[in-house]
Amino acid sequence: MDQFLQLVVAGLATGAIYALAAIGFTLVWQTSQTINFAQGEFVMLPAILVLVGTHAGLPVWAAFAVASVAFVLLFGFGFKRFLVEPMQRHGVLPLAIATMALSVLVKEAAKNGFSAEAQPFPSLVPDGMLSVLGAAISARDLAIVVVAVVAIVGLQLFITRTRTGRTMQATAQNPTVARILGIPVERMILLTFLINAVLALVASYLVSPVYLAKFSNGESIGLAAFIAAIVGGFNQIRGALAGGFLIGLIDNLTAAYVSSAYRTAVPLVVLVVVILVKPEGLLGRKEERTV
Amino acid sequence: MIRRFDPTLLILLVAFPILWVLPSGLKSYGLYVVSLWLVMSIAAMGLNLTLGYAGLTSLAQGAFLGIGAYATAILTTKAGWPLPAAFLASSGLSFAVGVLLGFPALRVRHHYLAFVTLAFTVVVFLIARNEQWLTGGVFGIANIPRPVLFGSDLGAALPFYRLLLCVTLVLALAMWWLLKSPWGRAFLALRENPLRAASLGVDIRAYTLLAFAIGSAYGGAAGSLYAPLVEFIDPAPFALSASFVLLLTVVAGGAGSFFGPFVGAFFSYMLPELLRATGGWYLIIYAAVVLVIVMISPTGLLGLIERWRDHRSQAKAAAARAAAAPTLGTAAGGTDSLGKGATQ
Repeated sequence: MDQFLQLVVAGLATGAIYALAAIGFTLVWQTSQTINFAQGEFVMLPAILVLVGTHAGLPVWAAFAVASVAFVLLFGFGFKRFLVEPMQRHGVLPLAIATMALSVLVKEAAKNGFSAEAQPFPSLVPDGMLSVLGAAISARDLAIVVVAVVAIVGLQLFITRTRTGRTMQATAQNPTVARILGIPVERMILLTFLINAVLALVASYLVSPVYLAKFSNGESIGLAAFIAAIVGGFNQIRGALAGGFLIGLIDNLTAAYVSSAYRTAVPLVVLVVVILVKPEGLLGRKEERTV
Repeated sequence: MIRRFDPTLLILLVAFPILWVLPSGLKSYGLYVVSLWLVMSIAAMGLNLTLGYAGLTSLAQGAFLGIGAYATAILTTKAGWPLPAAFLASSGLSFAVGVLLGFPALRVRHHYLAFVTLAFTVVVFLIARNEQWLTGGVFGIANIPRPVLFGSDLGAALPFYRLLLCVTLVLALAMWWLLKSPWGRAFLALRENPLRAASLGVDIRAYTLLAFAIGSAYGGAAGSLYAPLVEFIDPAPFALSASFVLLLTVVAGGAGSFFGPFVGAFFSYMLPELLRATGGWYLIIYAAVVLVIVMISPTGLLGLIERWRDHRSQAKAAAARAAAAPTLGTAAGGTDSLGKGATQ
């Protein structure tokens, strides 16, 4: 029972990271109907940028600040302006292909430009174990869940409760009508991409102290987040959230009780079953779109 | 009636003797690179049928490459089969698995199909890595033999390259024939408008499965040649990224055009080898170039040439019109507006 509780908390912590990245998939999907295959690399990169900063002699806080600003500019603004915008008129597939190429580019650049080895990353949360109901739970895991949940709840409140958030939602649902209503659609789309970049940043800073900062982190995180987004529902933020936690739990429980060699396979089986039974995802809504 | 000779066939038959003779001066590494190009062209040809002609987005071609490579490696090293038999068995196996994987494709299309095939690819990779008794796990399978055909040893780099060239030609001719046949036209109809295709009596289910299975069989065939080419296989070259690169290959070359896979494979597999001289940077350069290509021309490199040709013929026509315009213009005032209307 103790072990089970520990696994659940660890699973929720993993899931929180997946959820942060998975929301990125849904945000990009809502604004441009495409899949960003570089999403995992978006989570890998900020931590590498921080380390580049500290290796260059910056104090830790300055490295964090510079890396955060640089990342949001590059992959919030730059990604939209220089990749999504010019590619969008060509259709969904070329844009998806372009993000695949971007993912290779970012990954290889991190490997060659920085290091092929996994690097320790400064933790923002002190180490230590808390004892809850007889189970030892790491403070880091708990902090990850808390920070991620705060970020996601904050985002959800922003979208549903504020004026800007509701305009953003309107833009996502129907850009044409939104434009007629006088909503600055372009600015809203840009805001969506910036939020995506910030979420990836948070995920990166949370996960890197645990998994170490490594150029290949994006592959595993991106794949898991991708599965989470589909399982939960690609067009819903709460779907991505539920999918993230679900996949995180399945991931950790499989590794402990079924087989650690096939821990990646079980979420995939869940994925295929969900696609065949309910393609729009567990919490997704059907899209009335003629393709 | 004399029919016009098909230019695709003409290019294939002209290219064959050139490719037969041209690389003979190369050292074994150069021959390996050219051979790799041929093998990956076969895999890309299969994906081009699935994606470019039938319009099914598959992320499983790397997995079929793996299935073919492992089937051949196991059959030739452990069961002692000759390569031709293993080749047929591997292609057949890939065809059968392709039919099975095609069933979900009947239910879901577009990006959902990409997800299902992505899942399949990861599972195949995990099996290759974890089932050590069968695949050797991370240690892989070594000493995959090259063939001896009709008493002559084709193990050296040049004869093996020429064997690959012959197989590639045969498979390319088969693909050419398939695409020209009513089947090929049915695939196209399926891509353009499934609903209309169905109303015209095209059996969507059967053709979707068939396109998928034949595309997969080409992937398996490529894998079956890849194994003896590299002589050692482990799971790494068949991971998800391999499927991504094959997809990039087909799109960058020109999805839905016959020579697209060859151009794309040149670009994805030969160019990086040539760029290896740049140290670790070759994949970065490669990815950047792919990015530029899809941004400039989402229909791929061949699409770019097509567009350039269209553009030139249009420019020529415009020039011809401009040259003709003064005489017409002096003849009657109304012709000018008429001419404009016709060109719009």
